Amino acid sequence: MSALLEIRDLNVHFATPDGEVHAVKDASLTVGESECLGVVGESGSGKSQLFLAAMGLLAPNGRVTGSVRYRGQEILHAPARTLNALRGGAVTMIFQDPLTSLTPHMQVGAQIVEALTLHRKLPREEAEGRAREMLDYVRIPDSARRMRQYPHELSGGMRQRVMIAMATIAGPDLIIADEPTTALDVTVQAQILEILRTLKSDRKTAIVLISHDMGVIAGLATRVQVMQRGAIVETGAVDDIFYAPKTDYTRMLLAAMPRLDEPAPAATATGATLLTVDDLKVSFPVGGGLFAKPQQLRAVDGISFTLRQGETLGVVGESGCGKSTLARAVLQLLPRPAEAGRVVWLGRDLGAAGREEIRGLRRDFQIVFQDPLASLDPRMPIGLSIGEPLRALEPGLPREQGRARVAAMMARVGLEPGWINRYPHELSGGQNQRAGIARAMIVAPKLVVCDEAVSALDVSIQAQIVDLIRQLQADTGLSLLFISHDLAVVRRLSHRVMVLYLGRVVEMADSESLYRAPRHPYTKALLSAVLTPDPRTERARPRTLLTGDLPSPLDSRAQLTFLKSKRIDDPQAEQYRPRLIEVAPGHLVAEHD
Amino acid sequence: MIAILGPGGASAIAAAEGVRGRSLWLDAGRRLARNRAAMASLAILALVALLALFAPLLSRYPYDEIDYNVIACAPDWWPWIAACTAGGSHWFGTDAAGRDLFVRVLYGARVSLAVALVATLVSLLIGVVYGATAGYLGGRIDALMMRLVDILYSLPFIFFVIILMVLFDRNIVLLFVAIGAVEWLTMARIVRGQTLSIKQKEFIEAARAGGVRGRDIILRHVIPNVIGPVVVYVTLTVPGVILTESFLSFLGLGIQEPLTSWGVLIFDGSEQMDAAPWLLLFPALFMTVTLFCFNFIGDGLRDALDPRER
Repeated sequence: MSALLEIRDLNVHFATPDGEVHAVKDASLTVGESECLGVVGESGSGKSQLFLAAMGLLAPNGRVTGSVRYRGQEILHAPARTLNALRGGAVTMIFQDPLTSLTPHMQVGAQIVEALTLHRKLPREEAEGRAREMLDYVRIPDSARRMRQYPHELSGGMRQRVMIAMATIAGPDLIIADEPTTALDVTVQAQILEILRTLKSDRKTAIVLISHDMGVIAGLATRVQVMQRGAIVETGAVDDIFYAPKTDYTRMLLAAMPRLDEPAPAATATGATLLTVDDLKVSFPVGGGLFAKPQQLRAVDGISFTLRQGETLGVVGESGCGKSTLARAVLQLLPRPAEAGRVVWLGRDLGAAGREEIRGLRRDFQIVFQDPLASLDPRMPIGLSIGEPLRALEPGLPREQGRARVAAMMARVGLEPGWINRYPHELSGGQNQRAGIARAMIVAPKLVVCDEAVSALDVSIQAQIVDLIRQLQADTGLSLLFISHDLAVVRRLSHRVMVLYLGRVVEMADSESLYRAPRHPYTKALLSAVLTPDPRTERARPRTLLTGDLPSPLDSRAQLTFLKSKRIDDPQAEQYRPRLIEVAPGHLVAEHD
Repeated sequence: MIAILGPGGASAIAAAEGVRGRSLWLDAGRRLARNRAAMASLAILALVALLALFAPLLSRYPYDEIDYNVIACAPDWWPWIAACTAGGSHWFGTDAAGRDLFVRVLYGARVSLAVALVATLVSLLIGVVYGATAGYLGGRIDALMMRLVDILYSLPFIFFVIILMVLFDRNIVLLFVAIGAVEWLTMARIVRGQTLSIKQKEFIEAARAGGVRGRDIILRHVIPNVIGPVVVYVTLTVPGVILTESFLSFLGLGIQEPLTSWGVLIFDGSEQMDAAPWLLLFPALFMTVTLFCFNFIGDGLRDALDPRER
C-alpha cells in the first residue's frame, strides 16, 4: 500500500485578537491508495483545519508549517496553479453544508459539468452525458430533470448527493469528506454513507472521512485517527480503535454514542394527565400569489396523544414530518390558530384561551431549541437571557432574588454562575445549550418541549445534555416532549415514543415494545438507519433503507406509501386514511401492507 | 454521569454574588470608551458645541453688526493679503457686509448642529420604533403602516415645506419639523427590513415562548439587533440634514439673515472664493471636522454594540 497523501509534522496557527491559537499540533498521517481513513474528534479538535491546511485552503489569518506530499510531490505552499490542478481533479472535498457549498444561481447540472470541464477538455454533450450518469450513480432519481434544477429546489440529502457527484466526476484518487452527513437526518445519512461505500469499492477511491460521530466512521473506515485539541492522540486499524481503545478520550467518544441496546426508562409515569392533544390539524398556505390560490400544506394532520406528569414522550420522524410544527402548536407559538383539534392543558382548552391567558400559562410550558447559538440573542449576555422568562412571568420578583435564581439555575445546568456577562459567541455549543435549558427551566415549568435539542451538538456533548435533562426531570418531576429525527437519541429518555410520518402518527408505544418489536415498516426503517459504534455489525448489517426523499406532502398519495393497496393513483384525489390499530395495550400502529 | 452542579457548585454561586450583571448598553459604553478615534471625536464635537453655545462671550463683535470699514477683510494673520487696519482684529476675517466671520461661524454651528441633532433624533425615535413595530407585527398592520410611509414619501418635499411655511409663518422650529418629518421615513424602511429578517430568528421565538410581551421583545431583542445598519444610516443622515437645511435657506425657506448656518456660510463663501477664500475655508473646515467626528462616533458605536467585535 503506497502512500497517496502523506502529511508530516503539520502545525497550524491562527492569529486572533486574543493571541495566537495553535489549532493543529504536529499532525502526521498517511492515506494509502483506495483506503478509507476515518478522522474523529469533537468540534474544535482541529480535524477540519488539518485537511483544509493540507489542501492550501486555510483562512487568511492562519499559518501552516510542515510537509504535505501527494504521490511524493510536496504540495504545501505550492503555487496556486499546481494546487488548482490538483484540487477538484485528483483530490476533491465534500463539506458539511451542501447548501452553502453549491452556487445558488446555477443549475446543478451546469455546476457538475463545470467541475468536470475544468479538469478535462470534453465536448459539451459528452460532459452533460457524464454528469447525468454521475447523478444516476449517486442514486438521484429522474436525473435528466434534476440537472435543470437549482440547489434550493433540492432537499438536503439530494444536495449532498450532488456534492458527491461533483466531487467524483473528475475521477479523483482521494475524496476528503468533512462531516458529510452531520446536517442530515439519520435515514438520509445512511443513504449517503452507502453511496460513499460503493464509491470506495467500485472506483477504488481513497476517502478521508472526518466526523465527530464514531458511528459514521465504524462502517466505512479501514483505519482511524483520533484527534483531541489539535493533536492526533490515537491511530490504528478500525477494529483496534473500536474494540481495544487505548486512550480515555477514545473510550469517552465511544461511550457517548447513543445505543439501541441500552435499557430504556420503564413506562412508570402514573401521574395526572397534563396535556391532551386531540386530533390536532395545522396547515400552512404554500405557493399562491396575487391570482393563484395557495395550496394548503397540512403539516400536522390529525395527531392525538396525552402526556402525564413526569413522563417523557419521544417524537421521532424525518425533517418535514411536522414534528416541530406539532411542538409549536402545542406551545401556542404558531402565528395562526390550529385548523382543527384541541390542545388541552390541565383541563383548559388552549385554543380558546386569550393571548394574555396563554402568556401567563407559559410559566408551565417551556421549550429548548435545536440551534443553541441561534436561539440566544447574540447581543444579550446569557445571564439576562436566562433570567428573561423570570422577569416576564414573575414581574413582582425582587431583583436580588431573580439574580440568585439565575445563578442557582446556571450552577444547576453546569454553567459557571460568574459567566452571567458572557455573550453566546463566547461559549461553546454545549454551553449555549445548557444556557438554553436554564432559560427553559428557570420558571420551574411542568412541561419542557425539546425540539431537536441535541441534534446540532457533537455526540459526546449530546450525551452530557441528555444526562442533564434526565437529571433535571428526576429532580423536578417535569414532563418532556422530546423531539428528534434519531430514534437512538430518544431512547435514553423516553417512556413512550411516537413515530410521525408526514404529519400523522404511524406508530406509538412504550419504549420497550417499540424498540424491541417495531410493527410499522417506517419505524423499522428508522431503526435500521441508526448507526452503532461497532464496525463488525456496521459492515455486515443489511439495511432496510428508505430510498430517496420523503415524498411531497402536497401529493395526497404520499400518505399511503406504506399502504399501497388502498392508494388511488391521482395526486389530487381524496385518499383513504390509514386507521390506528391498537395491537397491544398502549401500542398503536397505523394500517400498512 | 456528568456533574450536574458543574464546576464549583455552591462556592461558585457565592462567587457569582460578586459579579454584577451587565447589560449590552453598559458593555457597549465600556467598549466605546476604549475606542480612541471615537473618544477624540466626541471631545472635538463637545468643544465645537461649547464654542457655539458660548459664542457671544468669546468675541466682542455681535454676529449681525455691519461695519462698512472692514468689508471682506482677510484675517489679520492671513498671508499674501494684508488685513484691514480699521477696526480691531478679526480671527477669521470678515464677510462682504463687514461682519466678523468667527462669530458667524459659531452662530452657524448653533443652527447646523441643532438641525442635525433634532432631525436625527426624530428620525431615530420615530423611524426605529415605527419600523420595528411594523416589521415585528407584520401582516396587515405592517402593510398599512408602510403604505402610510409610502404616501409621505411621495409628497414633494419642497411643496410640503412651502405649505408649512405658509400655514404657520416662517419659524426655525418649523424647519426642524419639516426635515425631521422627512428623514424618519427612510429610517423606518431600513429598520422594518432588518426587523423582518430578525423576526425569523429563533431567539425571538424563544423570547415569545418565555412569555415576553411583544413590546419588550421589540425593545430588548429587535432594536439592539438592528442597531448596526441604523448607526451607519444615521452617520449618513447628519451631513444630509445639514445640507438640506442650507438648501432650504438658500431658497428662502430656511433661516433668514442675519442669522446664519454652516450651509449658508459655505454657499456664500463659494461665490467669493477667488477674492476672499477664507469665507469658504473656515465654515467648510468646521463642517468637515464635525462630519468626520460624527462618522468616527458612528463607527465606534456600531462596533461597541456588537459583542462579537473586540
